[in-house]
Amino acid sequence: MSEPARSGITATGFSARRLTALVRKESLQVVRDPAAILIAFLLPVVLLFLFAFAVSLDVRAVRLGLVLETDSADAQSLAAAYAATRYLEVTPARDRRTVAAQLVAGEIRGFVVIPQDFDRRLAAGDGSAIVQIITDGSEPNTASFVANYADGVVALWLADRGGSSAAPLGLEPRFWFNPEIESRRFLVPGAIAIVMTMIGVLLTAMVVAREWERGTMEALMSTPAGIFEILLGKLLPYFGLGLIATLGCALLAVGLFDVPLRGSWLALLILSCTFLVPALGQGLLISAVAKNQFVAAQVALLSGFLPALLLSGFLFEIDSMPVAIRALTYLVAARYFVSSLQTVFLAGDVWTQFVPSMLAMLAIGAVFFAITARKTHKSLDP
Amino acid sequence: MSTRLPAQIVKELLSYLRDPKSRLTLVGPPLMQLLIFSYAVTLDVNNVDLVVLDEDAGRGSHELIQRLQGAGFVNELSFVDDAHALAAAIDRREALAALHFPADFSRELAAGRPAVAQVVLDGRRANAAQITLGYLSAIAADTGAELARRGSGSAAPRTELRHWFNPNLIYRWFVVPSLSGILAMLISLLVTSLSIARERELGTFDQLLVSPATPLEIVIGKTVPALIIGSVLGTVMILAGVLLFRIPFTGSGVWLLGGLMLFILSMVGIGLMLSSICRTQQQAILGTFSIGVPLVLISGFATPVENMPDWLQLIAQASPLKYYLVIVRGSFLKALPSTDLLANMWPMLLIALVTLSSAVVIVKRNLQ
Repeated sequence: MSEPARSGITATGFSARRLTALVRKESLQVVRDPAAILIAFLLPVVLLFLFAFAVSLDVRAVRLGLVLETDSADAQSLAAAYAATRYLEVTPARDRRTVAAQLVAGEIRGFVVIPQDFDRRLAAGDGSAIVQIITDGSEPNTASFVANYADGVVALWLADRGGSSAAPLGLEPRFWFNPEIESRRFLVPGAIAIVMTMIGVLLTAMVVAREWERGTMEALMSTPAGIFEILLGKLLPYFGLGLIATLGCALLAVGLFDVPLRGSWLALLILSCTFLVPALGQGLLISAVAKNQFVAAQVALLSGFLPALLLSGFLFEIDSMPVAIRALTYLVAARYFVSSLQTVFLAGDVWTQFVPSMLAMLAIGAVFFAITARKTHKSLDP
Repeated sequence: MSTRLPAQIVKELLSYLRDPKSRLTLVGPPLMQLLIFSYAVTLDVNNVDLVVLDEDAGRGSHELIQRLQGAGFVNELSFVDDAHALAAAIDRREALAALHFPADFSRELAAGRPAVAQVVLDGRRANAAQITLGYLSAIAADTGAELARRGSGSAAPRTELRHWFNPNLIYRWFVVPSLSGILAMLISLLVTSLSIARERELGTFDQLLVSPATPLEIVIGKTVPALIIGSVLGTVMILAGVLLFRIPFTGSGVWLLGGLMLFILSMVGIGLMLSSICRTQQQAILGTFSIGVPLVLISGFATPVENMPDWLQLIAQASPLKYYLVIVRGSFLKALPSTDLLANMWPMLLIALVTLSSAVVIVKRNLQ
């Protein structure tokens, strides 16, 4: 401090040395904080793990009842076709009443009835229904899977029997980017956005709010460091922490969960840096407004974590939401990050998709920082 | 003990409900979340954007495209001129699915051979894509059957489909009961995990320990208020499901209330265990988060438990929410019989007994 001119420290303006010192101080604080370690390293691993295994949209073996009311050769053959499928686990039965009770209890997700007059209906050729498919509508997603799949088995069986009754108009599906249709492949990249939201919003909001709570923020402000330096000093360590956590998650995703990275690491890095701008901005804003850990945590969960989980299109399709909620999703930075992450992992570097997303994220970040700057200035005024 | 315990319960309840602000933070956010998320959380597929590359331009493709334009799940159907534009639309996520009719599509159809159109789906959104494929296949099969009937006069056999309990597969009927359980769970977990941690931070926990109250009384004193708050909130949200969202309620309200209280009791037990370990409120909040999120994810809320790997299904048995979801969904839609209700109630009772007695033991150890 004795040679302000040489070291570049002045009471006003920007000083690289002061900033370095602040960053160093804040980084030490982060490393020593068990909460930071928990949120930045332990929780991400747990979350990735859960999204890779617990939240699986892949149907493995749906239990299906099969009521055989006739023993004709054709009926037996169709029953065998059901038993041979990969995604259905068939429980045979003689009576509708037993399977109905099982359906109520949730032991099976649907049942197929091959009726007594199956042969007559099959021979009629008047488009009459040959089997009845009943599903458990209380779980709509599984119900539509069961309906489609059980219907498909009949169609295939009919096609095998004799060409003429095969559907004359077919579709040949190809799932690009994810031909095995594994939900893990798009859930794990999405989960990275959730992890980054936790670090950027929840952790930052809580830690900075603690400083306000304890009065150490005011202590920092009374030093020669400018508000810009103080905030930057606070944010840079979390920026670094976020990037390290992303890198770790990406390595886990590629190495452990078999998610391909078809785009480049550079694109992933650029996207992650961009997303951290609105995330840190939101965390900072929450802390500046709440100035209290408990409130900050609640607001961060409500406005950061839950929207990132539910409104980002990561688990639930945005296009299917009502208009008002769809409009709301445009304000959620995670929405842009999730779609970019899924693209960079599964499709490749599609810059025509990345650039608009990054601009949107930066715009949201700019708004957060602008509001924070106003709030913080005001609080410094006497 | 007879006057001490009620006094403590009243004191705890007052600490939550005393001022209007804390009353509001207790009741407001869960109800708001129930409203927003019941509309947001949907695995239905609507408003799908499709692109079509029609190299055929014959009767067959025309017929199918017309039907797609009229289909309820389609938002916008646009045409592209070449495979390159088709690929670009998928890459940029402008379309969820793309149909490609080859040049000989109508010719094959006219010749009585099966005509096949290619469908490209966005695997990044594989779930929505799979459901869309289901819709598309149904429409294609319908169109094919119609064309065949016009051609030959005879119709192919079909299947008859019925969805029980929820005939139109309204996703909200599934989500609202589940959300009522999840939100009640998170609130009771947060309230209890903060209760001891806050007293510890303020130093009043030591006062409680030196008071004549026994560890059992302390735990009961913390349990009952949280049980009341969680059960009331859970009931309010169930009522919202019946009155506001008009979801049919076919089961028994008394049984459901019993299930709800057992569920809250088991969550309070977990919360108290957590609380007696945490030193500060910050740790309690983070602990709630670290325990609550996994408990929700392995409960089968978003995706059925049977989709999980076997070892995880085993762990899922420890989540009280798993059992309560069966009870609350079943009570709404399935008129769940008492044997199935009981089968899902005793595991929650077991979890509650284990966690609550552990909480007593931990408090006891604090005394020494």
